[in-house]
Amino acid sequence: MAAPLTLVLILSVTIRAVLFRSSLAELISERVEVVSPLNAWKRVVEGLALLDLGVSPYSGDVFHETPLVIYLFHFVVDYAEIVFMVSTFEFSGKYNLFIKQKYALEADRYPHDCLELMRSPKEMHYIPLKVAMFYLLNPFTILSCVAKSTCGLNNAVMALFILSTLKGSALLSAIFLALATYQSIYPLTLFAPGLLFLLQRLYIPVNPCRSRFWFFTVQYSVMFIGSLLVIVCLSFFLLGSWDFIPSVYGFILSVPDLTPNIGLFWYFFAEMFEHFRFFFICVFQINVFFYTIPLSVKLKEHPVFLIFMQIAIISIFKSYPTVGDIALYMAFLPVWSHLYRFLRNIFLVSCVLLACTALFPVLWHLWIYAGSANSNFYYAITLLFNVGQILLVSDYFYAYLRREHHLSQGLYLRRKDGSEATLVLK
Amino acid sequence: MATRHLFIELQTLNRRAKLKIIFAKFQCLCIIPALVGVDKKTCIQFCLCTFQEEMVIRPLYSGDIYASFQFRTQWDTDFLHDGKKVSHYRLFPKSLGQVLSKFSVRELHISFTQGYWRTMQWGQPFIPSPPGAELWVWFHHTVTDVDGNWKELTNVLSGIFCASLNFIDSTNTVEPSASFKPLGLGNATDHRFLRYATLPREIVCTENLTPWKKLLPCGSKAGLAVLMKSEKLFHSSFHSQAVHIRPVCKDWQCTSTAWELRQTLNVVFDLYTSGQGKKEWSLFKMFSRTLTEACPLASSSKIYVDVTDNPGGELFDLSPSSPLISTAVVLGDRRTYSVYDLTKKETFGQLRSLNLLLRWKGENDMLRPPLHAERYVSGFGLQKGEIHTCLYNSHPYRAYPVLLLDSLPWYLRLYVHTLTVTSKTRENKPSYIHYQPSKDRLRPHLLEMLVQLPPHSVTEVTVQFERALLKWTEYTPDPNHGFYIGSSVISALVPSIVAMDTNSTRDRPLFSSFFPTKEESSYFMRVYTEPLLVNLPTPDFSMPYNVICLTCTVVAVGYGSFYNLLTRTFQVDEPSAPLAKRLANIIRRLRGVPLL
Repeated sequence: MAAPLTLVLILSVTIRAVLFRSSLAELISERVEVVSPLNAWKRVVEGLALLDLGVSPYSGDVFHETPLVIYLFHFVVDYAEIVFMVSTFEFSGKYNLFIKQKYALEADRYPHDCLELMRSPKEMHYIPLKVAMFYLLNPFTILSCVAKSTCGLNNAVMALFILSTLKGSALLSAIFLALATYQSIYPLTLFAPGLLFLLQRLYIPVNPCRSRFWFFTVQYSVMFIGSLLVIVCLSFFLLGSWDFIPSVYGFILSVPDLTPNIGLFWYFFAEMFEHFRFFFICVFQINVFFYTIPLSVKLKEHPVFLIFMQIAIISIFKSYPTVGDIALYMAFLPVWSHLYRFLRNIFLVSCVLLACTALFPVLWHLWIYAGSANSNFYYAITLLFNVGQILLVSDYFYAYLRREHHLSQGLYLRRKDGSEATLVLK
Repeated sequence: MATRHLFIELQTLNRRAKLKIIFAKFQCLCIIPALVGVDKKTCIQFCLCTFQEEMVIRPLYSGDIYASFQFRTQWDTDFLHDGKKVSHYRLFPKSLGQVLSKFSVRELHISFTQGYWRTMQWGQPFIPSPPGAELWVWFHHTVTDVDGNWKELTNVLSGIFCASLNFIDSTNTVEPSASFKPLGLGNATDHRFLRYATLPREIVCTENLTPWKKLLPCGSKAGLAVLMKSEKLFHSSFHSQAVHIRPVCKDWQCTSTAWELRQTLNVVFDLYTSGQGKKEWSLFKMFSRTLTEACPLASSSKIYVDVTDNPGGELFDLSPSSPLISTAVVLGDRRTYSVYDLTKKETFGQLRSLNLLLRWKGENDMLRPPLHAERYVSGFGLQKGEIHTCLYNSHPYRAYPVLLLDSLPWYLRLYVHTLTVTSKTRENKPSYIHYQPSKDRLRPHLLEMLVQLPPHSVTEVTVQFERALLKWTEYTPDPNHGFYIGSSVISALVPSIVAMDTNSTRDRPLFSSFFPTKEESSYFMRVYTEPLLVNLPTPDFSMPYNVICLTCTVVAVGYGSFYNLLTRTFQVDEPSAPLAKRLANIIRRLRGVPLL
């Protein structure tokens, strides 16, 4: 196990080092699919330069990173590449522990014929390696790392949150979640799955009538809000003003910058009638947070899958998505490899995603450099890419629910007259 | 020998032009008639068509330069002879030949002009023409319906020259009785067969030049017509292109007639617009091309440079010098011309290209201002760019500081960490920088810096920016024109040779007392650079409803899938009974009888 993992690590380090030193690094760090106004490295350098000039980085509209990031890079700006590579690797190191946790929760209280649905220890043994490979060797991750986008740091923090939750440490989990929420607001939705997992681990049933439930919930939320407040106040003291709040959170929520990216927001708000702008901003932002409660209710027994779903929804519907965010939830996919037999659209979805990934740079070039296409072409591929991602996520959700159904009802179902049954959603 | 000459010439041309010229020359070699047995004299008469091209360059008194091209094709044929339809065209363009025979035209004169000929400053043109389009035609005396022919003729010419000559109708056509007598042969003076019309509003552009060039035997591939590049020709004070067709006498006794087609192009290049203020003209400066060969189909190809005002070479230098001098009487004056014969190989010299250069003497000691600035945008594409500001200090030994102020709109997102200041290829750090970053839709960028300019040097200030995508309502009605960026302001105390007067109360002319002077050794100067025109990426302005619908559809696809999976459960699918059975069951239930 250690040897293949080391091999994968060495290979990914080599690829990243080669790309860092080549002329492609400059090209990649300017691609709009890989960097966004929130996490571009050029803007971090600009913020540091403004700080050196004596001007607050938040007085302009170029810099939208949190103050902790400025101070982190103030000290390590020369070693930025190493920082990014390290954050990538610690992310991938999570899943060794993660998988062991997952297996422990699978009790054998399932019908007899579902044995083939259960995963053998041998399969499970290889999952951490697959996850590490999926993340480290994913072209999206490599591009994001070479572009030195701070998305990698955000991913690392979320990975730490997942690790600490799975390990059962409520305090660390709350701290990392607060850090992730502080970086970009959307990980707030991971509060629910984190809470559910910890409750499950402590064998507290999710029942509003029980006092144990409320006790733990209040404890966890106090830890979370407390650490969030501490981090925000620390940022205040670092720079001496509250300017960062409208610059970072106001920017994420009100989407003033319409730089094209792979998300749905930019063209929608470029073509929006002024009268309805505020309404649709609210609709689109609520859309990200909206699925938390229904998903939590449906998946309260399966908080790990809930974490995956939430991360996927954030990556698709956030205001400035990049390929680094997509790489985060795609790294989870090998964990659900046992759902492969229930996936319905996987071929179509993978073709759509591959085609769109190939067409993004082509249509960008045609619009911006050749001048022979216009913004509609790029927008169309954006739409298609997001539809592909939505289909992927909902396909996995379908497969998961179907497996759960089979685990409780049996794999080979028969109709009343004995013929083979078909399952539908009704 | 002739074939070898032919092959050497052909190497310089591309394939299509080669085929055209081979075909034309082949005909002239008269090989086929020789094989058939026809004698040479008949053969020469059969395909006698000559083509001459010439260009006259005349420097004008005001520093501008006048170039006049004439291309003449003379053809012995008779378009108007009854019964014999001309179908074999060689050098004469077929489109014009068909027009002449169909509408029984005896003389045709059409001109397209942009600009007005300034006679007081430039003298007389060789071929005068009014601004806009002018068309006058003499029809043959056998024509019965002159107006009908005129209308159809204007429409056909409109198509040939890509001009809107179809606006010529009875409201702007006249029959002058005395002013426009036939310029060619013809003794008919019945002015019922003459029609004259002008369209003063007609604009001339590349679309008119291209079909005009296509009428030439060599096209614009060889000979003098290669100089006709539209970006230079239309960037001039005066441009006129014309086509003149008339019958002429072939010899002195006028025993037989021939058709003459003259295509003329007159252009006047302005000293300041095209010449950048320097009194030095060359073929390359005027036309951005040099000549490499004469048109192979031309029997004569010459350039005449008017050197009447330059008898001993004391006004300007002409290079390469030509031994041929000729004089001609034109417009009532005897003028001397230096002649360059393009059909001779020696004219093109060692480099095989001819670039005539006229350089005026004694003009280069212009006073250089001590401080001068230029600004431009570099880069390509609509994503990013770079602004370069060049500051020129032409003082020979004094260095002085300047304050540079740049105010850039918020939609050019400036990256101050890319700001570099270099003088003489070394970095020159500004001693004071004040930067106020922009806030989207609230305030622009403000960049002020104090730069020390070393003596006799160029200092370049560069800064990179990114172009933002704006909301569709924030674009001007002509978004692809670009956005204007205001000038940079450079303020400096420039060292002065003459001591300045610091006493501001003394009686002085107004023009010397605008800026206050505090010291004797320097004076205050403010220089403004050029404004910039920057293109931003544009969304599609016709798409608001479509975009809203499509994006909301994608969000709804997500919502719908999740809604289904969250609210529905898996059930075994019981196939429903066919319709007949269901109806039967309903009736049976009503009857109280056991179901099927």
